[in-house]
Amino acid sequence: MNTTLALYANYSIYSAIAVLTLAMLAYAAYLARAIPAREVARTPERVLVGAGAPAAQVEVGSGAAAVDAGRKMAGIGRSFAWLATACIGVSMVLRGLAVHRPPLGNLYEFVCAAAFAAMLGFCVWNQRRDVSWLGTFVVTPVLIMLLLAVKAFYTEASSLMPALRSYWLTIHVSMATISVGVFTLGAIVAALYLVLDRYARAGHTPRWVRVLPSPAELERTSYSLHIVAFPLWTFTVIAGAIWARQAWASYWNWDPKEVWSFIIWVVYAAFLHARATSGITRQKAQWIALAGFACIIVNYTIVNLYFVGQHSYSGM
Amino acid sequence: MPAQTITQPRLGPVGAARWAWRQVTSMRTALFLLLLLAVAALPGSIWPQRSINPARTAAYIEDHPTLGPWLDRLGFFEVYASPWFSAVYLLLFISLVGCVLPRIRVHGRMLRMPPPRVPQRLERLEHHALARTTRPAPEVLATVREALGRRYRVAIKDDSSLSAETGYLRETGNIAFHLALIGILVGVAVGHIYGWKGDVIVPVGSTFANTESRYDTIQYGPRVDPDNFAPFSLTLDKLTVTFEDQVGGRGQFGSPRDFVAEVTTRSAPGAAAQRHTLKVNHPVEMDGATVFLLGNGYAPVITVRDKDGKVLYSQATPFLSRDNNYTSSGAVKVPAARPKQLGFFGNFLPTGIISDDQGPISIFPDAKNPALALGLFEGDLAPGGRASSVYTLDTAAMTQVKAAGSDEVLRLWITPGETVQLPDGRGSITFDRVERWAGLSIRHDPAKDFTLASALLALAALIAQLTIKRRRVFVRVTPENAGSRVVVAALSKTDDEGLAGLVQRLAAVAGDRIDPDDVPAGEQAAAGGARGIRP
Ligand code: HEM
Repeated sequence: MNTTLALYANYSIYSAIAVLTLAMLAYAAYLARAIPAREVARTPERVLVGAGAPAAQVEVGSGAAAVDAGRKMAGIGRSFAWLATACIGVSMVLRGLAVHRPPLGNLYEFVCAAAFAAMLGFCVWNQRRDVSWLGTFVVTPVLIMLLLAVKAFYTEASSLMPALRSYWLTIHVSMATISVGVFTLGAIVAALYLVLDRYARAGHTPRWVRVLPSPAELERTSYSLHIVAFPLWTFTVIAGAIWARQAWASYWNWDPKEVWSFIIWVVYAAFLHARATSGITRQKAQWIALAGFACIIVNYTIVNLYFVGQHSYSGM
Repeated sequence: MPAQTITQPRLGPVGAARWAWRQVTSMRTALFLLLLLAVAALPGSIWPQRSINPARTAAYIEDHPTLGPWLDRLGFFEVYASPWFSAVYLLLFISLVGCVLPRIRVHGRMLRMPPPRVPQRLERLEHHALARTTRPAPEVLATVREALGRRYRVAIKDDSSLSAETGYLRETGNIAFHLALIGILVGVAVGHIYGWKGDVIVPVGSTFANTESRYDTIQYGPRVDPDNFAPFSLTLDKLTVTFEDQVGGRGQFGSPRDFVAEVTTRSAPGAAAQRHTLKVNHPVEMDGATVFLLGNGYAPVITVRDKDGKVLYSQATPFLSRDNNYTSSGAVKVPAARPKQLGFFGNFLPTGIISDDQGPISIFPDAKNPALALGLFEGDLAPGGRASSVYTLDTAAMTQVKAAGSDEVLRLWITPGETVQLPDGRGSITFDRVERWAGLSIRHDPAKDFTLASALLALAALIAQLTIKRRRVFVRVTPENAGSRVVVAALSKTDDEGLAGLVQRLAAVAGDRIDPDDVPAGEQAAAGGARGIRP
């Protein structure tokens, strides 16, 4: 146990919170200011079809002058988002070094890791294809997550209880973290889709909405994120079962945490089914996805804090 | 009357059965049952479950005298074995079988068929492109075939058109996934029917032999013969336990940090001895069962003598811990005592104090300041030969002993090495030293590997069905003036962002020149999917 490193780990999380706040402001400014620019940039794209080559040229050519104002904010947001991600990452590494184990042993550490996964996923995605429009909607919930972690879930750095001492901890919990990170992004896009779809059907388009992709595109994006997260969650549950057999002698005990992991899995399976079932609207399917995310939140808050089970290691 | 003109089609019994079967195996029913399964699983996380924690369940029912028995009757304390939970998942799996079997047939047929014919008007498809070339048609089609690579099944017709299909593995994956889910269910069921699980407390220095009667609790499936348990034995040589005593903070100070047991095992009486280290997360595999270290506690070594000094009782006596600081309760039964049998009952405290409000309790889990706090009863230990738990005293036929020359009940506080005389010539009790015990769980599940394999197959098949795209590609070459006109088009069964790029790439391969101008104006919007393609 190294208390100095643990202290620096905390400073790093505070820095991440500060930088995330700046990123949130920058992305909000982007949403507010990018609107005219985006409209100009978008129109010619629509006309050009069939062949790719000229479309790409025109998109860059005509948009360039007008895009400036919003672009700049998006650029600032992107830098801050990367910096905040790095701060969370550094904090996790320091905490891991402080206690000589993977920093995934209690609720506080888990929330930090899930925030890291969500931010890293967003940043990498944003690097490959511009999703600045999503910035505010990702950074704000992550900021709330970190504030909750620091204020409500904070646990002193310490070693692990014996049942948690296993390399399965790293496998099982890091997969759960990544998966929850991607589910979070998916839920954000799903919620945006439902809002935009409602606006579209009401024939009413607030200004900020015009920066965002079409509802149909959002719906597809949400689906893509969910089909990445779902196998990860499946693997998390299987790895948990393998570990449970080693640690508790039985691979499935219907412990509250296991019950909820199962419920989450079933609800997301229902989402994938709903989307493939004719006669079920896309809207309904996305509502099921949001229900799945609600179950994730319950699993990491209510179940961790109030239900009695073998997983009672949140350190609280 | 208009009502008469609408005649309901009459369903005979066969028709009705067929109708019901179609309902059960519809995707909508599957969806409904999936959601229902999630809801049905929920109560098991809210109410204590008897199979997991019988004590907490009993306490709950006692605390809720009106609600408790009703919940019990409705199966809320045994959710995962309740008729309603079973009904939901069994219906779901019936639906699954009914859904998957026909799809296997259809898919098998599909796999044997060549790719479908090229549609008449390729320009009607959402994703298409036109190109011009001066090369002969067979050569153009050959380059397209080459560009498609080996993943596509390709059919070329009349040297003028090509159709290709890929992604059969998607449906294969889907079917394999659903079958693997059935595999998991079967594996779990077989594990229940042919598996067993027992728990036993073994003090340091004692030997455990794997027979039914040695277990403190044991559960086995209907097809298990407990007389045929593998005849292994296990001796607990040493148990080391460490606790957190450095870090403060809620829930950390005093938490267990490490349990390590040194054991010697024999696969049968008289077989060669083998030494193992048994730890949490590191079970020991025996022939026909696996041994897990799940719990630990204290077994103070206690000796009781009569008034002449003759030893009536002397052994390590396991006490069960009740809280995180190992305040442990237990009993010492001395049936050999005369004229009346004696029974001691009370607590073992690894770091004991007497608190004002709670009486004797332990404030730290390690044995820093051990003490026994006991009361004494005399009378009949087992009235009517009734068997009772070794950890509690049945005081129905006993009376509590009072302190010498007083009306207060006798309270003993004994530290290691100490001997205390009992009042009125009842002899003495000695607390020799502190030992520990290990809580072992021994389990046999013959189907666990099958279940695991099914789960991994489900995962692999799931990834296949979610990532593999089912695509069809069509190419038609028609002669024109000096050269040929090539139309490339593609179809997908699902969202497929890569489709437009694929069409562009193939058109580039097939033609010398891609001709966006050739797209009739009205179809430009329809082909909007090509947006965002980089050449
Ligand atoms: C134990 C219950 C079940 C689970 C957990 C489950 C799960 C899944 C999952 C995760 C998918 C992937 C969805 C996708 O491809 O996007 C899927 C697809 C599918 N399932 Fe199930 N399923 C179950 C039962 C059933 C049943 C009872 C049926 C038949 C009524 C069924 C029919 C299908 C079909 C047709 C697809 C393919 C959808 C597509 O074309 O993408 N499933 N299932």
